[in-house]
Amino acid sequence: MAMASSDNAVRSSNFTRALIYLVLILFALFYLLPFGIMLVNSLKPLEEITGGNMIALPQNWTIAPWLSAWSTAQIGVQPTGLRPYFINSIVMAVPAVAISTFVGALNGYVLTKWHFRGATWIFGLLLFSCFIPFQIVLIPMARILGILNISGTAYGLILVHVVYGIGFSTLYFRNYYAVFPTELVRAAQIDGAGFFQIFWRIMLPSSGPIIAVCCIWQFTNIWNDFLFGASFASGGSAPMTVALNNLVNSSTGVREYNVHFAGAIMAAGPTLLVYIVAGRYFVRGLMAGSVKG
Amino acid sequence: MTMLKKLYTGAAVLALSTSAAVAQEVEVLHWWTSGGEAAALNVLREDLAGSGIGWSDMPVAGGGGSDAMTVLRARVTAGDPPTAVQMLGFAIQDWAAEGALANLDALAAEQGWNDVVPAALQAFSTYEGSWVAAPVNVHSTNWVWANTALMEELGIEQPGTWEEFVAAMQAAQDAGYTALAHGGQAWQEATVFDSMVMGVGGPEFYQAAFIDLDPEALGGAQMVEAFDRMTTLRGFVDDNFSGRDWNLASAMVFNGEALFQIMGDWAKGEFVNAGQTAGEEFQCFRVPGTEGTVTFNSDQFAMFNVDDEAEQASQLAMATAVLSPEFQIAFNVVKGSVPARTDIDPASFDACGQLGMAQLAEAGESGGLFGSMAHGHANPPSVQNAMYDVITAHFNGEYDSAVAAEEMVAAVELAQ
Amino acid sequence: MAATDPMLSGGADFRTRLQNWLPKIVLAPSLAVMVIFVYGFIAFTVYLSFTDSRMLPSYGFVGFENYSDLFQIRTWDTAVTNLAIFASLYIVICTIIGLMLAILLDQKIRGEGFLRPIFLYPMALSFIVTGTAWKWMLDPAIGLENTMHLWGWESFEFNWIKDGDMAIYTIVIAAVWQSSGFVMAMFLAGLRGIDNEILKAAQMDGASNFQLYRRIILPQLRPAFLSAFVILSHLAIKSYDLVIALTGGGPGNATALPATFMYSYTFTRNQMGIGASSAVIMLMTIAAIMVPYLYAELREKK
Repeated sequence: MAMASSDNAVRSSNFTRALIYLVLILFALFYLLPFGIMLVNSLKPLEEITGGNMIALPQNWTIAPWLSAWSTAQIGVQPTGLRPYFINSIVMAVPAVAISTFVGALNGYVLTKWHFRGATWIFGLLLFSCFIPFQIVLIPMARILGILNISGTAYGLILVHVVYGIGFSTLYFRNYYAVFPTELVRAAQIDGAGFFQIFWRIMLPSSGPIIAVCCIWQFTNIWNDFLFGASFASGGSAPMTVALNNLVNSSTGVREYNVHFAGAIMAAGPTLLVYIVAGRYFVRGLMAGSVKG
Repeated sequence: MTMLKKLYTGAAVLALSTSAAVAQEVEVLHWWTSGGEAAALNVLREDLAGSGIGWSDMPVAGGGGSDAMTVLRARVTAGDPPTAVQMLGFAIQDWAAEGALANLDALAAEQGWNDVVPAALQAFSTYEGSWVAAPVNVHSTNWVWANTALMEELGIEQPGTWEEFVAAMQAAQDAGYTALAHGGQAWQEATVFDSMVMGVGGPEFYQAAFIDLDPEALGGAQMVEAFDRMTTLRGFVDDNFSGRDWNLASAMVFNGEALFQIMGDWAKGEFVNAGQTAGEEFQCFRVPGTEGTVTFNSDQFAMFNVDDEAEQASQLAMATAVLSPEFQIAFNVVKGSVPARTDIDPASFDACGQLGMAQLAEAGESGGLFGSMAHGHANPPSVQNAMYDVITAHFNGEYDSAVAAEEMVAAVELAQ
Repeated sequence: MAATDPMLSGGADFRTRLQNWLPKIVLAPSLAVMVIFVYGFIAFTVYLSFTDSRMLPSYGFVGFENYSDLFQIRTWDTAVTNLAIFASLYIVICTIIGLMLAILLDQKIRGEGFLRPIFLYPMALSFIVTGTAWKWMLDPAIGLENTMHLWGWESFEFNWIKDGDMAIYTIVIAAVWQSSGFVMAMFLAGLRGIDNEILKAAQMDGASNFQLYRRIILPQLRPAFLSAFVILSHLAIKSYDLVIALTGGGPGNATALPATFMYSYTFTRNQMGIGASSAVIMLMTIAAIMVPYLYAELREKK
């Protein structure tokens, strides 16, 4: 990233630079605030919270809420904590992300490098699918999963996420491949390379950045999904968000806010990690094409 | 090592759901996920495990069970309903009308459910005369929770009339306390409104307005007065009430910031959890004006139609266990509610629990036992939520009591 | 872009013909899936909106009754107005903040690698996770207002979440918090993609920084504006968790949005017909805004 900006032609004075830093830091504080509140409260005993002390730092620090949320909190009838549901979420999210990204890559490749009559229409249809409100698909989707006999399983949930992930993954790859030099594809074709050979040998190896963008986007959406997870996979194969919701949203029971916050931060762990670790590829990936249309 | 352990636990959870085909098992959809509730439910699971029946747990919390009902619809549409589902009031009737529920008549006759479950409760557990659900508990919603120390400090006795109740709140307000701890969420406002309607017009009016949905009662002078009482209460609520969770409102009472809270008996759990004892640090009494009556909601396990004979057998075993005195005591002591059976020994319950049990039995005999509108036991969900809209809009000052009564008539008509 | 040049195909042998058909075959499953799972389901919803469905779908035809009922429901009015306020403010503010942060970050800032993930991370969290924290922060008795009072600023007032007329704006604040960083990333990527030679040339011609941005840089960010618009409107229309977590639709029904309305009528109130009709209206609105926009954008590129 630094490489790209080191050559930036725009110059500014010292005063302006101080102002810029100030604004950036103020915004950073704004973005960090809610997370800070969660963190602080997850380290307090419950009496301090119900005692009305919600914003202040803990008087007695404790990590008990974290231990409880991870391994002993009551999610259902058994005090399992969030631990087992982590695995469920990973088992579900990884294939769903991989498949929808792969399909999106193929679609993007076809739509840009093998343009045919009606391709733009098809792209339009795929793109509009991003806007369907998920609430309306619940009942018909349940019926179809029932017919396919994968209702209530991880497979069903993977299918649902792949289906509704294709729109966005296709959008990303199409925009990326649109600026990929078509001459390279032509040349390979003249050399006798087939459709899949070109995809595997030429397109995919140069798609690193956009694969990162697409995976980050899909992973965030799929990991955080609650509606589909609750409807199509509850019980033993329930994902993390459903478990977290069970922990946090009990209606007439005692609420342990500190445990809720600890659980919430844990549930967010993988996505946070993805953003922090892969975040630098993210901007690079967006830069490499997705916003160039 | 830890990784192995993780995988093992994950596998154990998966195993719970996949062993269905082999052994006898019940799959149970419920929203009892908070510590105490879930632990109480575990009593049921262990009971069943004792007779060799597995438990496949399917908890979906949120929205007072409405998320669980959404999931249920997805499961039924997929042709794969759970064995037993926690349900409230009219939902049982709706599913029974769809022909989705199993018939428990033989079991009920054998165990004499008709004699031990109050008739008002049976109205929800049965459909066209047949048992379709096993009642777990009875929550009653017309309770006031009060801070004893504050009452003593202000020199307040338990109020017996609406006027005394208002005077007590006035005294608290004058002394600089919050008189009424309240959370501004539609269902909480409706919970309070239940008691106002019962207090103003008694059982007859409650029946006419909430159950028969008689437009004259809904738009009449008594309804206007019930709304006026809501306005009065609004004057005793602090400024920050809106959106507050009910349990934070309870915390205001046990922390000594507020005098009263009008809330169902689940609030007791919060007080007990804060180390207080019923009848000592905190007190419970019926909302003044509603003495002798009980507005209730009841959690039940509705049993779905299943084809497999082994599954049917485990379903009956579960229904039996639900109505067993041991489970009724174990569960309700934790939950704050009272048993659905009226023949249970009250010794294990605390002061409020015993009071609740006695009053339930009394109200059941005198005909003062009514389903709570706020909790879906007086009218179908469409009507109930239409009423919510009006009650909460009025409480938030969108219109005055006379307009609210008119709106009530219009909204109910539209929802039917 | 026509890559299937007939000149290249040479003879019409099987292999070449297969190569010509392959792209369509590869695309076919996605298309089929879309037709069933998106457009088929939309058709089903349209159908439901004309039936007397309550708890489960049923097939008694009732004509436009659900629609006429829908328009008599006050909450629906509120929900539609709220969506208009929410979506326009949300999209505009996110775009402005995102663009501003991107431009500032692009000034060779030290610690960019540290600040960027801070701006981005809210996108990684769902509101099931952050909802309670936001609720507390916005609550006058607990959060910001109380803190300011404790710090000695007694007259500070921030009680929007408790005020029926202002509560919708707190939803905007939380939503902007969540996605403006993401928009920033898109603009930053756009800025980094601009050819510096052009900028240098313009600077030599004596263009000021402001002119530089207005005349040269912003126009080049057009594709980033498109992506941001598509993604933000998608998020605005689907906003559901946010409202449920923050206000539950209250005070009263002051912060209802069409998505919460639809869910409530379809699943909580057992009035699936009305729920479906509200979904249809929502879809038609989305189509009315998105279709011309997409049409213009996609057409131009040919």
